Parts: sequence; C-alpha cells; structure tokens
Amino acid sequence: MVMTTPEELNVDLKATSVEETVSHLTQRFPGIVSADTREGYGGVIVAKDKLVDIARYVRDVLGFDYLSSATPVDYLGEGNHSTDHLEMVYHAYRTSGGKALVFKAQTDRESAEIPSLIHVWKGADFQEREAWDLYGIRFPGHPSLRRILMWDGFAGHPMRKDWKEAYYEEDHKPFTSRWPGGHVHRAEEKSIFGHNVRYPADIDLSRLTDVSESTLYSGFGMGVDVTRMVDHHGVETNELMVNMGPHHPSTHGVFRMMLRIDGETVLDLDPVMGYLHRNHEKIGERNTYLHNIPFTDRLDYISSMGNNHGYVLAVEQLLALGAKYNPPTYRAEVLRVLMVELTRIVNHLWAIGFWLNDLGAFFTPVLYFIQERERILDFFEAVAGSRMMCNYMRFGGVFADVPERIHSVTNLINDRMRDFDTMQFLTEMINERIPRTIDELDAYLTQSEIVRVRSEGVGIISREDAIGYSTAGPLLRGSGVAYDVRRADPYSIYPELDFDVAVETSGDMYARYMVRLREMRESVRILKQLLPRLEYTKGQPVNDNNMAYSGKVPVGESYGRVENGKGELGFYIVSAGEKKSTANPWRYHVRAPSFINLTPLGLMSRGSKVADVVSILGSIDIVLGETDR
Amino acid sequence: MLLTLRHFVESYVDDVRYGFKKFSPAVNNFEARQGTQATGVFTVQYPDEKLAVPERFRFVPFLVVEDYDHPERPGKDWCTSCGICAKVCPPQCIWIVRNEDPATGRPIPEPEAFFIDIDICMNCGFCAEFCPFDAIKMDHDYELASFDRTTNHIFDKPKLSKEMRYWKTIAPTRVVEEMKVRGSWEHKDAAKAARRGGATRDAAREAATAPAPKAEVEAKEAKREEVRARKAAAEAPAAAPAPAPKVEAAPAAASGGAKPWEESHDDREKRKQAALARKAARASKRDEQ
Amino acid sequence: MEVSLQELNKTQYPIPAELQNNVAITSLSKIYNWGRRNSMWPMLFGLACCAIEMIATASSRFDFSRFGMEVMRATPRQSDLMIVSGTVTKKMVVPIVRLYNQMPEPKYVLAMGACASGGGPFKEGYNVVSGIDKYLPVDVYVPGCPPTPQALLFGLIALQRKIDGQSLTTADDVPWYGVGPSEPTPVPILGPDIIDPRQMDMIRRMAESKAAKDAISLPDGRALPAVKTAAAVVPVAKKATAAAAPVAAAAPVAAPADDKRAAALARKAARAAKTGGAPAETVAVEDAAPAAAAAPVVTAAAPAAVAPAVPADGAKPWEEADEIREQRKAAALARKAARASKRDEGK
Repeated sequence: MVMTTPEELNVDLKATSVEETVSHLTQRFPGIVSADTREGYGGVIVAKDKLVDIARYVRDVLGFDYLSSATPVDYLGEGNHSTDHLEMVYHAYRTSGGKALVFKAQTDRESAEIPSLIHVWKGADFQEREAWDLYGIRFPGHPSLRRILMWDGFAGHPMRKDWKEAYYEEDHKPFTSRWPGGHVHRAEEKSIFGHNVRYPADIDLSRLTDVSESTLYSGFGMGVDVTRMVDHHGVETNELMVNMGPHHPSTHGVFRMMLRIDGETVLDLDPVMGYLHRNHEKIGERNTYLHNIPFTDRLDYISSMGNNHGYVLAVEQLLALGAKYNPPTYRAEVLRVLMVELTRIVNHLWAIGFWLNDLGAFFTPVLYFIQERERILDFFEAVAGSRMMCNYMRFGGVFADVPERIHSVTNLINDRMRDFDTMQFLTEMINERIPRTIDELDAYLTQSEIVRVRSEGVGIISREDAIGYSTAGPLLRGSGVAYDVRRADPYSIYPELDFDVAVETSGDMYARYMVRLREMRESVRILKQLLPRLEYTKGQPVNDNNMAYSGKVPVGESYGRVENGKGELGFYIVSAGEKKSTANPWRYHVRAPSFINLTPLGLMSRGSKVADVVSILGSIDIVLGETDR
Repeated sequence: MLLTLRHFVESYVDDVRYGFKKFSPAVNNFEARQGTQATGVFTVQYPDEKLAVPERFRFVPFLVVEDYDHPERPGKDWCTSCGICAKVCPPQCIWIVRNEDPATGRPIPEPEAFFIDIDICMNCGFCAEFCPFDAIKMDHDYELASFDRTTNHIFDKPKLSKEMRYWKTIAPTRVVEEMKVRGSWEHKDAAKAARRGGATRDAAREAATAPAPKAEVEAKEAKREEVRARKAAAEAPAAAPAPAPKVEAAPAAASGGAKPWEESHDDREKRKQAALARKAARASKRDEQ
Repeated sequence: MEVSLQELNKTQYPIPAELQNNVAITSLSKIYNWGRRNSMWPMLFGLACCAIEMIATASSRFDFSRFGMEVMRATPRQSDLMIVSGTVTKKMVVPIVRLYNQMPEPKYVLAMGACASGGGPFKEGYNVVSGIDKYLPVDVYVPGCPPTPQALLFGLIALQRKIDGQSLTTADDVPWYGVGPSEPTPVPILGPDIIDPRQMDMIRRMAESKAAKDAISLPDGRALPAVKTAAAVVPVAKKATAAAAPVAAAAPVAAPADDKRAAALARKAARAAKTGGAPAETVAVEDAAPAAAAAPVVTAAAPAAVAPAVPADGAKPWEEADEIREQRKAAALARKAARASKRDEGK
C-alpha cells in the first residue's frame, strides 16, 4: 500500500489538473508510472504488478473516484509500436467534474494477465469479465472470471486481432470483392461452418455436449443445496434456483437473470447476458470511421441520436489532432442538442412507461407515454429519414438542416399527406404537448399510492456504492451524486444553456423515477432555449466537410462521452494512422451505460421480493442492444 | 381518476369533432388528426389510409435511370459504376460489376451488374448521400414483404432501376436542390458532354429539344408532383410512361416556385380545375392519336 | 369429359361424386381460414431494435389489434405467430428453437427486419445467425432495418393472404392434421461454435477431410468435451444410420421435393450400410451431404443453386479429388486399426 507523504498533504491533490496529476504521478512513482508519450496518446502507463496500489492511490489520494471505462486493446501488428501486446486502458474521473485520468497497463499476448481492480472499483467487474471473454486477459484477484457475452465452451477470444470468424472476408472495409468485379453471393453459401473452429475428425452428436448451461450454474458460485432446509417460523423450506429470461416479458429484451430464492425473497442474483451480442466492436474495427455512424444507431436503439453524438464527438477529438477538418458550426451544434434532448425525452418516457409495465400496470401507461414519442419520431423521420435509426450526425456537422416543412409525399396507394411547418411543429411540441404529457404523467404517478408503496425503499443503492460500481445516469443521480456529463465535462453548447442537474438522495426506485421526471422537465427547458437559437441561426451551414467519404484520421486515442438517456455513453477509439491497412479504427470500444449499470443489480436485488426484481431492472432502464453490443 | 375521466371524455369530443367527416373523402382531416392540434394520437387505418412518408425517408435504395420515354437515352443508367456507394456502404451489401469495352478494355460508365442484398442493407442512406452522380437514391416503397427470400431478396439491376420521373415524384424539393447543384436536369456527364459540344449532331439535337428554362421546368415539375399527389395512386408512378404533354406553367405554381403547398385554398381549387381541364385535353389528344 | 361453361354455371348441374367432397371442403377451408387469420396471436417476444417497432405497431397509432392480433401472449403455448423481431444470435437461437417447438400448431413465423431474414448488417459477426430460416421455416419475410410499423403491418397482411390461400385438402398446408405429432426442430448445440444437429454429418465429413489434409487433429482440449471411448467404438452399420438420421430430421423443414430426395438418400445410405463395406458408406453419405446442406439453407427448388456455390476452398467434401479420397480412406483405416488395437489392449 502506498502511503501519503507529508508534503503531499500540503497540496490539494484532489484539485489539481490532469496534466499536473500526470507529472505528479510520474515523479512520485519513478520506474512504476511513466507518461504515455506515444503520438496522440495521453495519461500514464503503470507497471502491471503495481497496478492495484496505483489505482488505490489514484482513487483515494488524487480523488479520481469514478472508474468510467476499462477496456483492452490488442496491438498485434498495429505498426506504430514495436511490440505486439495487450493493453488495459482505464479512464478514471472525479465525481466533482473535470477531465479523465487515463492509465494503462500492458501485458504480453501469450500469457495475458493483469491484476484485477475489482477491489478498488467494483465497477470493473463486468468490464474485466468482458476483457477475459473477448480478449483472453486473465485477471488474478477477480472472484468469478467467467465468460460474459459468449457462452462457456466457445472456442477462442474473438476480439483478438488474429481471430477470424466464420464469414471472415477481409480485415478492412471496403471489401475488394464488392467492386469492380462484384459478383453477388451470400456469405453463408461460401462458408457454412467457417474455418475458425476445428473439430476432431470422428466427431458425432454423442460426443458433443453443451456445457454453456452447466458451467453457468456451477460457476454461479452458489450451488444450491436442495437438502438444506431453512426454518421459517416452524415451516421448513429449501432454496430454489429460478431462471428469468432470456424470453421473459419483463426483461426488456433478451436479458436473463438467475435468482436464488428462499420463498419469495431473493438471496442472490446473477445477470446473464450476451443474447444480443452482435459483435458491434469487432465489426466496428473493420468498418471505416464513417461506416460506424449507422451502427451506433443500433446500440441503444431508443436513443440513436445520443449514440451518434457520442461517437462523432470521439472522432472529432481525433480529427482535431491535425486532420483537415472544420469543427461543427454553431447551428450544427444547436441541431445536435435539439435532437439529443428530444431523444432524452423519448428515452425517459419509454423508461418510465416500461417501468410501470414492470410494476404491474400492463401496457396501458406505455400507450399514453409513447403518444408523444410518435410525434417526435415523425419529426426525426422528416429530418433524418428514419424513425429510429436516425444516422443523423456527421463528423463536423449533421446530415442536413431541418427541412422548412415536415412534408410527406404520396407514393403508395391510399397514402395520405401531412404537411406542417417545422418551426411551428417544434414550437407546439416543445411549448405545449411535451410539457402537457409530462404534467399528466406527474399527476398520474408521482403521488400515486401504488407507485410509491411499490417503489419507495426498494432497490436501494447507496451513494458510495453507486460511485464504486461505476453506475451512470439516473441510477447515479438518484443516489445523490450530482454527476451529469453535460455539466461535469461539458461538450457541445451545453455550457451556455441554463439547466439544472436533477438529483435525488434516497437511492431507491422512486428516486430514479423522480430523476427521470425532472430531467424531462430540464430537457424541455433546454429545448425552449434552443428555439430562438434555431431561428437566429437559420441559414447557417450545418455541414462543412461532409462530402469526403474516406476521411483521414490522425494517429492517437480519444474518449468521447455524452450524457445519454441511460447514462454516460463513452466511445474509446484508437486510430493507428492513415496508411491503407490501418485507415480504420484500430480499437473501437463502447462504454455502454446499460451494461455497466447492471453490475450492481445483484446488490440492489438482494433481500427484495421476486416481483421487485423485475421492477428494479426496469428502474435501471437497460436496452439490450447496448448491454450486449 | 379525474384525468382518466378527462381522457375518456376527450376521446369522444374528438370523435364528434371529426367523426361525421371521417368517412367523407372530400374533407382531408388526416392531417389534422396526425398533427399537433389533435388530442392524443389517432390510429392510422393502415391499408385504407397510409401515413405518407416524408421526402427524406429512406428504405432500400434504388438506381435512377433516365425516363423510358427520354428522347435520347431512354432507360440509360445514371450510375457510372464508380463504386463509391459500394465503398461507403457500412454493411457492404452492394455488389457492382464494372462494364468494360471488349475492344479497348476501358471501363464503360455503366454497370454491367448491380446487386443489393436487402437482407443486409441497413437503410442508412450513405450510398445516396455520397453518390456524386445522384444515381442511387433511397426508395419510399416499404411494402416489400415476401414469402421467400432465396429468390428475390437480392435485388439486381432490373429490379433496382427506377425512372428519374419516379425520383422526381417522391422527392419534389430535393430533386430541385440537386438539379441546382448539378446545374442541369440532365445527368452530370451528359450535361458536360453537351457543354463540350463533343458530338456536334448530339449537340444539335440537344438544342432542338432544348430543355425549358430552369424556372419553368422547376415549376412544371413541382406542378406535376402536385397533380400526382392529388390523384392518389391510381396511376402507379413508374408505370405508363405516356409522353408528357407540353403545358404552360400555371401562374399560380410559377409564383409559388418549388413550394406548391404554400398556397391558399382558392389557388388550390383553381389549380385543380386547371389540372382537370388539362387532363381532359390530354385524354382527347390521346384519342386522336 | 367435356363440359361447357354455361352448363357448369347452371345450378342444376350435377356435381360429380369425386368432386362433391372437395366443394364442401373448399367452403369449409374459407371459413376455417377466415377464423384462423383473424385470431392470430403473436408471441410477446422481442429480440432487438425491431421489437421497438413491433411495440409501436401494437400501440395505439398503428394498432394491429384491428387485424385480430391484439392479444400478445408471453407464453409460446398460447401464441400462433412468432415475430422474430431482430438479430438472432447464436446464443439466442437455442431458446428460440425451443420456444418454437413449444408453440402449438398451426404456427407461423414472421422474420421481421433484415437481421431476422438474413443476418442484416451484423451478418459478418461471429455470434450472429444469418437468418432465422436456417433453423425455422419462415412464412413471411419483412425487409427493412427496421421495417416501419406500416411495413410490418403489410407483412402481417401478407401472412393473412397466405393463410387465405391454404386449403384443408392439401396436406402440406395443414400438416397438423397428419398422423402423429409433428417432428420438433432439433435444438442447436452451443459447442465450440453453434452446431445444428442436422448438419452434424456434414461437419464430420469436413473435419475428416481436414484432418486428412494436415496431421494436427485436436485444437486445445479445453474447448471440446472429453472423448468418450464408448461412443468411438460404434459398429459400421449403426454409424451409417446415425449419419442418415440428421438427414431425415431435416426433412420436415425442407420443401416436399427436398423431403423426397432426402428420404431417398437416407434409404440409399441405409442400404449401403447393410451391404457393408466402408467405401460404400463413404460414397452414400457423401451423396447425402448436399441434401443435408441444402435443406436448412434453402426452402424450395434450389439445391442446385446452392450446391455449386458452396465452399471454394477445399471445403467441398463431396467433390474431392480422388487422391484426397484415397488419403482419407487410408487415414480412416489407420484410425480404425488404432481403435481396434486399443480395444484389444482394453481387454
């Protein structure tokens, strides 16, 4: 354990800037911590055997108490560095706000091992399991290092650069088989089973066993002893294992929970995910930078505009390192914020609606809440072209300005026209309809006895745990941490906008509901400020350098994060330069709030009833597209 | 409780407000029902009334070809098989075979084959956005459900090709914007060739069938769109490429420019009359032929 | 028998005896279909992005209860229609197939969106199944990413039209009135990669051909379950029937033409096995392999279209050069000998 020296106590180390912190760390721990001097990189590299100590120091002494993201990078044949190695990259923040302290630990590829940080930050739990699953890095010290997204028994660690999947075609898009000699074929016709797995020559059905389930149960670490009886006021019962999902109406998609219950009381809970793991990151590293924009739509598919925003911010940070690129104009920023705030309202309406669904108000509230969603989606459709998958933002701007009129054209039989003035439509929505819906929701629910009885004091997470488990969004703010990326680490035009960060202190489901409700009001407040800005900036260009379909991105790393509806959405991107072979993102990682917010689900559910577990999950508000990626 | 009661009452108030007119085709209350003034949300009676999609709507792409009654290049591809769409396509669902002149071995600016696997396409619209020739566009026809995918879910060139006229119908404002950028209604290359005066005969023919001045054409196009919108879809857009008759642009439309929907009801009525008259004239002309 | 139309239209015209039954059934079919298509209960079952649009379709604005579909059931036992709404991953396809097996007949599958139809933008991913139709028979495909609610409604109407076209007299249309319970779709196995039991035979063929080509046989032992010695000592005949079994299991999924073909091939394989001899077995099963390959991928009329397109890079076990086959045979014999000696040792 590293002790604090007396001199350090004189300086307020928790208030120093990130640059000062980096130089302080390198001076304080020579030989252990060194500054990352690679071109375009920042932060420090820590010797891996001292990682835990340094992490403790960073957290306790330097005040970086919030671990936002922990992700591996595989530098196999990247070209800019002499060695092929694996690297864990950690982004730590202060909950009081400010920039990230990035620290890294490197390990070789063959026997990849990095000490686990789970005892410093609980939030590292799932992220380290993911690193083991996809990269094959072992974390000594992690209590249950199992696969998390793929199933147990799967061959290989698929995110490694030398791992090829069944339909592997080329390392980088665009594929050469598409043009000029693009003779069409379906990938499954070319390679039915692929060549990534080798089976023994005399394989047959009797020798093939599905171990994915059994390891799940045995690895759960709570093998239930059915013979053990629990005495309940004279009634002897035994414990049960209950599986919820992946097909379950309350799991918001294909999420699965394994519960150990005693009667109705949950003793333990383990989330099982990966049922929608569609290899977003692997595909993202094959795509060009531009290709990834529509793929981000499909992460949190309820708030696609927010995902776009996070991604373009990350790439714009890289572009600012020296590419020929014009930063977005003021109008483009206004439009981005407009879309993102509308998305936030949609997201919260949806979240509260489905949370009520879980509370037992089956589908009726949802129908009320998504009325306004439909109108907002109409607006998105007219502006961006699609209701859900907006694909609206571009590097240095947005796809197009809002049209003058929301005007439909008839094409099919029985098509009916709609034609509204865009500004009028928006004004009406922002000043009248959305506030009305929120008021209605407020009047229905906030004082509703059923809602209060069901949600107050249920699913509590304390302030310390909320920070330690790296939760984000309403989950974090419901526990009394006023941490909103829009204020803590401002981006876009948020500094000039007037809004409050919604905070509640009780940390239960009701607090999260209240946070969402108040955030919607704040969003409306922001939107009202945007209307005059929209009028004022009318006619300004929204996209100065859109036409380059193959932009060059300088070498470096970046971490762009936004406050999305679900919480802090971050994109960690490593660019390996402009050569043909490395023109695509070398590493493309999504710090998914839905994924990391699930880490404390077990903690929150322990001791509550089975019916509450469903609503606790609903109050976290996950979207599986983002959880599993 | 009171709120529920209010909703209950309001739903009937709205019914009374629109109910009587609901079944009369003369009154278009659809817009009001789907607009911001309506209380709550109204059901779109899908097969009987469809929510028309906005101009920027994107579904599976299609290839723009010249109108089939184009005087010089009937049905010619706008696509030059430059391959940008195939490169910019995020899921790589576009396959293009470039055409080569067997004699010289040089590429001919027209694809030999063009495939889009709509089981991969993610409708992102990049192909249309980055196409330098305005040759690939996002379609509005979402009614594509089928019983079998092996045979008909890889769209080939004949299935993808749609007339320029169709694109003008489904995107009346954007087509004008694009025309302004391009500088002509013709394809970029064709226009360039005409400007160069390469083949004199062609140039002469071009001059003979000189395209009407920009503003006029613009108005005419806008006009045509409006007329089309009025007569539902009894005439399928791509079908019946009857020669477009030369008509004088009605003054109302000319003043409105490319925004025919910004007119008062009177104007619309007037124009409707004019359109009907024209239609009658056209019919009689056809009979003569 | 020549009958003019006018005569036929007369009400007094006697209906031939062999037709009388059919006329009644035709009208019965109509009523039956009408009832069926207007009480189609979808399963409350969302996979990914498309599920959100499915919910939008179910909600007030598009409201598919107008088509008798308002009751979304969360349990497969009460639902008639499975809307596969979103990307099907290898991990998820196992529960999906189980759910499908639990649905009572008549059951329909609607593949909503590009992902469910053919893998969609995520097709290249290592955990993505390129289309649910590899495992389940799909009735309607709705393209789009995601399909708008109206596109989904169009797909549902298309499904209703399909039901309208079915007849009680055709056994293919109403297989649930056949003899005995219908065959469940075999549940895929999550091994080192996903394995469709119906393709087991083909995997073995390919593994064998690969093993013959290069000597390295087993990958890291961790990924594969331990070899059971008992299973390795299977008599030849038994092995052949076991190999034929997946082909037969694949049959219900395939269209009738494939069905017959597969059955014929299975018979052939069995016959070959009876007459004995390892070479005969090899040939027979190799013939059966394309059918097994074609069955899950293609629904109708296209084994020919798929077969030539299958692997270019040596993974075509049924079209190998003679020398490779010779090699393989030698390897197999060697293995057999090794096994035999092992057995002797065991004794």
